[in-house]
Amino acid sequence: MSSIKELEEESPVSRPSVGSAGKTGTWRVEKPIIDLEACKKCDICILECVENTIDKGSDGYPKIDYNYCKGCGVCANVCPVKAIKMEAEVKM
Amino acid sequence: MRECMPCKGDKNGGRGEDVKNTAMVGNHAVAYAVMQAKPEVLAVYPITPQTTMLEKLAEYVSKGMLNAKMIKVESEHSAMASIYGASLAGARVFTATSSQGLLYMTEVIYWAGGQRVPIVAGIATRAIGSPWSIWDDHQDFVTERDAIWIQMMAENVQDAYDMTIQAFRISEDKRVIMPVMMGFDGFVLTHTMERLSLLENEDVDKFLPKKDFKLIDFEEPIGIGPIVTQDNYIKYRYKAMQAMERAKGVIEEIAKEYSNTSGREQYGLVEFYKCEDADYVILAMGAWAGDARLAVDELRKNGVKTGLAKLRVLRPFPKEKLAELKDRKAVLVLDREYSYGSGGVLATELKSALYGANLPIYSLIGGIGGKELGPSEIINAMNMVVQGKMDREVWFV
Repeated sequence: MSSIKELEEESPVSRPSVGSAGKTGTWRVEKPIIDLEACKKCDICILECVENTIDKGSDGYPKIDYNYCKGCGVCANVCPVKAIKMEAEVKM
Repeated sequence: MRECMPCKGDKNGGRGEDVKNTAMVGNHAVAYAVMQAKPEVLAVYPITPQTTMLEKLAEYVSKGMLNAKMIKVESEHSAMASIYGASLAGARVFTATSSQGLLYMTEVIYWAGGQRVPIVAGIATRAIGSPWSIWDDHQDFVTERDAIWIQMMAENVQDAYDMTIQAFRISEDKRVIMPVMMGFDGFVLTHTMERLSLLENEDVDKFLPKKDFKLIDFEEPIGIGPIVTQDNYIKYRYKAMQAMERAKGVIEEIAKEYSNTSGREQYGLVEFYKCEDADYVILAMGAWAGDARLAVDELRKNGVKTGLAKLRVLRPFPKEKLAELKDRKAVLVLDREYSYGSGGVLATELKSALYGANLPIYSLIGGIGGKELGPSEIINAMNMVVQGKMDREVWFV
């Protein structure tokens, strides 16, 4: 039985990939900034990020992909040591 | 209930093969065609005048004559949603509905059309409320004309049986991959017993091999009906437009093949009856094409050279085929539905297809909500056309 491969040019499907909805980082009003001195590397922000835009870096600290982070603020809210601050994208 | 099983019949005019001749009501003929097509998943919600088809299908499943999963659903919306999923997973699927049920199904009908899922749906055409009516017209059917579905319409019980089997082939053809709805008039066909010939099961198997593709793969997950960017959305819609155009050729080709299988001539997109030398042509779709056929014969006896163009397929609309009508003296279009604020749907479409031709097109609106309109009314209307007394649009109220 042949599968979607030969038909997907016609039938709209999506595959798991980075940024399938475009560069959603441009939607952001506020930007999460991680204070690495306060961060305890607990990974809670990585697990809670609703858009999967935070990864664990090689140094063990969380790294945010700002191309896709929409600035929802969930990470800042769940951080137990308040190491993430939301800063306005546009400074007045 | 009377059992409508086929019996061994006569020899088929010189072809030397056995055919099954029997009599069935339209709903049972379509159910029989569906059984022979061997769908693996059915989900049908009852609604007059489709219900006896659902009952017959349930009987086939319970007797083991059709090895299919029949999903009991709580609505037409769910019926379409569940066979949509089953079709994606590789099953051959069928549903049927009518009128309000079709409207309720419409949200998922558009999803299935846009997703390009092979599905066959039988539509027992019926008027839409309000006021409430269970009787026949084509308003429900034409309401679905922009949903990226192929729409076929039967003239009689034989036609409904033949079209149902062809619908599965068209829907699953890889040049098309699109859902198909097969309309047939509520009560006029669904509940009327007519003679018909059935194909042998082996012939159907040969004509309609097992569906050999699926649109999801459990080894490699994908999202169905995903959100897309503006650039991608229009790309898929453009491809759907192209597929609809390709479907015209595929429908003709499959009709020809079915003619060979069945020994009954199939006409693909349009049947032209006595049109070769006709000065005047009637355009009609559905059961009353039969009345129009009688009207043509009668008018010809009185010296009016008339023909019938029977529209078998509403979508894709056979513009190229209908261009054949452009040098006639006039066309009378029968519409059993209406686009309020605009005109009869077929009349409007024909005018669009023949844009630039200097041809008077007259529109007769009738049969709405089951109001009787037979050959004599069609003859009268055509005589008025010939005498120049007909208004461009007339409602037979």
